[in-house]
Amino acid sequence: MSQITPDVVKSHGLSADEYKLVLEIMGRAPNLTELGIFSVMWSEHCSYKSSKKWLKTLPTTAPWVICGPGENAGVIDIGEGLACIFKMESHNHPSFIEPYQGAATGVGGILRDVFTMGARPVANMNALRFGAPDHPKTRHLVSGVVSGIGGYGNCVGVPTVGGECDFHAAYNGNILVNAMTVGLAAKDRIFYSAAAGVGNLVVYVGSKTGRDGIHGATMASAEFNEDSEEKRPTVQVGDPFTEKLLIEACMELMATDVIVAIQDMGAAGLTSSSFEMASKGGLGIEMDLDRVPMREQGMTAYEIMLSESQERMLMVLKPGREEVAKAIFDKWELDFAVVGVLTDSGRMVLKRHGAVVADLPIDPLAQASPEYDRPWVAPKLAAPIAADAVKAVAPLEALKKLLNTPDLCSKRWIWEQYDHMVMGDTVGRPGGDAAVVRIHGSNRGLAITTDVTPRYCQANPFEGGKQAVAEAWRNLTSVGARPLAVTDNLNFGNPEKPEIMGQIVTAIKGMGEACVALDFPVVSGNVSLYNETNGNAILPTPAIGAVGLIDDLESCVGMAFEADGEAVLVIGATTGHLGASLYARELAGLEAGAPPPVDLSVERKNGDFVRGLIVSGRVTACHDVSGGGLLISVAEMAMAGGLGATLADAPKDVPEHAYWFGEDQARYVVTASAGEAGTILSEAAALGIKAALIGTTGGDKLILGASSASLTDLASAHESWLPEFMSGPDSN
Amino acid sequence: MKGAVFPLKPEAPPLKAAVIVFPGSNCDRDVAVSLKAVTGKSALMAWHRDSSLPKLDLIVVPGGFSYGDYLRSGAMAAHSPILREVKARADQGVRVLGICNGFQILTEAGLLPGVLMRNRGLKFCCKDVHLTVSRNDTVFTAKYRKSQVIRVPIAHADGNFFASPDMLNRIEDEGQVAFRYCDEEGNLTDAANPNGSLNNIAGVYNMAGNVLGLMPHPERLADPLLGGTDGMPMFESLMEALS
Repeated sequence: MSQITPDVVKSHGLSADEYKLVLEIMGRAPNLTELGIFSVMWSEHCSYKSSKKWLKTLPTTAPWVICGPGENAGVIDIGEGLACIFKMESHNHPSFIEPYQGAATGVGGILRDVFTMGARPVANMNALRFGAPDHPKTRHLVSGVVSGIGGYGNCVGVPTVGGECDFHAAYNGNILVNAMTVGLAAKDRIFYSAAAGVGNLVVYVGSKTGRDGIHGATMASAEFNEDSEEKRPTVQVGDPFTEKLLIEACMELMATDVIVAIQDMGAAGLTSSSFEMASKGGLGIEMDLDRVPMREQGMTAYEIMLSESQERMLMVLKPGREEVAKAIFDKWELDFAVVGVLTDSGRMVLKRHGAVVADLPIDPLAQASPEYDRPWVAPKLAAPIAADAVKAVAPLEALKKLLNTPDLCSKRWIWEQYDHMVMGDTVGRPGGDAAVVRIHGSNRGLAITTDVTPRYCQANPFEGGKQAVAEAWRNLTSVGARPLAVTDNLNFGNPEKPEIMGQIVTAIKGMGEACVALDFPVVSGNVSLYNETNGNAILPTPAIGAVGLIDDLESCVGMAFEADGEAVLVIGATTGHLGASLYARELAGLEAGAPPPVDLSVERKNGDFVRGLIVSGRVTACHDVSGGGLLISVAEMAMAGGLGATLADAPKDVPEHAYWFGEDQARYVVTASAGEAGTILSEAAALGIKAALIGTTGGDKLILGASSASLTDLASAHESWLPEFMSGPDSN
Repeated sequence: MKGAVFPLKPEAPPLKAAVIVFPGSNCDRDVAVSLKAVTGKSALMAWHRDSSLPKLDLIVVPGGFSYGDYLRSGAMAAHSPILREVKARADQGVRVLGICNGFQILTEAGLLPGVLMRNRGLKFCCKDVHLTVSRNDTVFTAKYRKSQVIRVPIAHADGNFFASPDMLNRIEDEGQVAFRYCDEEGNLTDAANPNGSLNNIAGVYNMAGNVLGLMPHPERLADPLLGGTDGMPMFESLMEALS
């Protein structure tokens, strides 16, 4: 057994203080296997040691929440005996090092988090951030990540129904790949991870264990430098075919009554799964590592415990029922091995070749992991800028340019590589405000979205945190759904820097405030820190995944203009806020200004009003106003419907470019018959909601005063940027 | 199969169908839903290890990634125990419908001519495409009009239909082409060809006309809520002809 020197401790990512705590807990020096276990269990990725204090402040309860954060995924009650189980998780570091496998295994991991709880996965989403388009690695990373997500999701047969993708130089050295899975389960058939029953058998199923991904969790908890590419061996390799078999086998097993507890092997593999199960059940485990199915010879206990080989699960079965389970896994040709037994010792005892190779107390490792109150400073807030400090460009000319920019262009090139229709329930396909997936066999649907605007979070993390939640809520509202709950994926730089910690703390405060105001609890989440390369951090990116419920899919609307001669209305006030806008960045080269403030009571009032209009069938289309502003929303609706519009001039009190491209919050564009529009406007006025008639649908162009733009030209600007970028010379 | 005649069965109970399930199939449920919508009853879900099937009118080989498609799409499934039975039944005249991976499997098994190569664009492609219905005198397409333009989704990486010049001539001469990729107006353009298939071929029959394979997924647009119903007439055709 190698000597545990300070260098060995350091290379395991443990600080001197943390190692002191290890010695205290163990009452002796650990051996290398034990040290490795401490190292992964206490990694930022597994222990949330920097963020825990602040995550606890988020609202996590509501009458419809069945299970909040702490399990594999969040669970909400969606009525009619069903539960919706969902979570979002990052795979940032591995995807930068090896984009195809990094992204693919990110999808695989989040799927397992959901089906391990008894839910059949019904939809995948992803939120992607890449570096500047002109950075030499960007094209290679986009290509690899997108084919990795598709390669995995398409094969497992779960539709990838939407997501978001944008570009910024701050992600040059640290891309973000956040994957979300949504599943459905019978409310009374949810499976948890707490082990129970001394003497019950601990069973390993799925793929064999190899040497891949060792120390993945530790790698994901450190900054990058020039040598990060050398960490490629820490990236796992995915096998979506095995995952598909594992889903089917688990679904079949879960229909029986033999499972006591089940937990997928994610980050830190067999270590974290076994410790979590034992710790939650207040028990111990004795495991014989010789029985772990292995695909390589001569693996040490250290390697077996730290491997992050994919497509594996750990289960505790009811006594005497292992034959039932074994028959199912045999049918699906997956490994099935009894690897241990539950004890009342509260200790993890591991044997290899007949000898005890590790003996650790479970609770101190799993629950007494370090928790830091890291020092933080209030972020420097960007100063506001006035609209007239941003140069004015003729609106339709600006529109054409904006539609052809990386963040506002069509992402069709991406989502056409994802099977977004398999399972036969995709009602709202990618490209809309929220994806809509029918609840199989019913007329109800789930609306799903992912949102965050990192440039707002950079300018003001508190408002940015609020806005991410509000925009997710708004996107669900735009398809007529009742927003129900949130999963968060907090991506930040190095928390040991007070200014980064300040971003984390204030963004979480903003998110929490919005979640409370909108009755939108956080039920699951993931934190990814140390997204820095050579000291340069990413933009603060607290991605929000959210789920809402549509009671009657017949009443759901899309964003496409539906008919000629309909009134186009904007609900919500337009003041022309150009600070931190895409217009300012893309057309004036100004990355400056405070982000648009989010008034949560106005957000709620406007959203509830719009949802009411949709559900009662009074509007024919709806689209929220977000990045790029009002004219972008109108253009997207026109292009989606292949139907133009004649627009009214901007009001006199707002500069024209600020009116059309300002990013004021809490706004929606809706269409309605001319008669209905009048009623809607007077109802809005009575409720104190700002609303205005801004045009009429018709024709094949957008007409604004004396100028016009054909939909063909707009669509070609919108559709061409990404394919042209991706077909450029391969730079890597 | 030029001018093939399809003797309709005498009065019989509603269409009896089986859907083959391989490890890695993932459109098995979807097609079972479409079949149930027309027949009113559940199809038999047949496991890949089964070596015999009960008396049937229709066998569907569904989409997905059978055995992970790791060797070559459909190659391993073509050698599975159930495929021997499917071949035997096809030889007896039982109707066989292969969709997407099912089409790949049937070509690998030699039940259909041609091969499906990697898409011209080298990428997986999921989108609605337009097809022309080449003939409507078959049990699979009687409910369509001849030359009708329909909209049906594709979702595949290996759908680029290829055959040797001789084989292609035979396929064309014998009227074995079932569907071709076209634009909205029905023109067989190169731009409307999503994967580089020869002669824009999206689906073919065998010589006898009882086996059809196609890359597009009719089961995915067979419900108005999903945005279209152009796939439904295929299932209705089978129901009417085989009941």
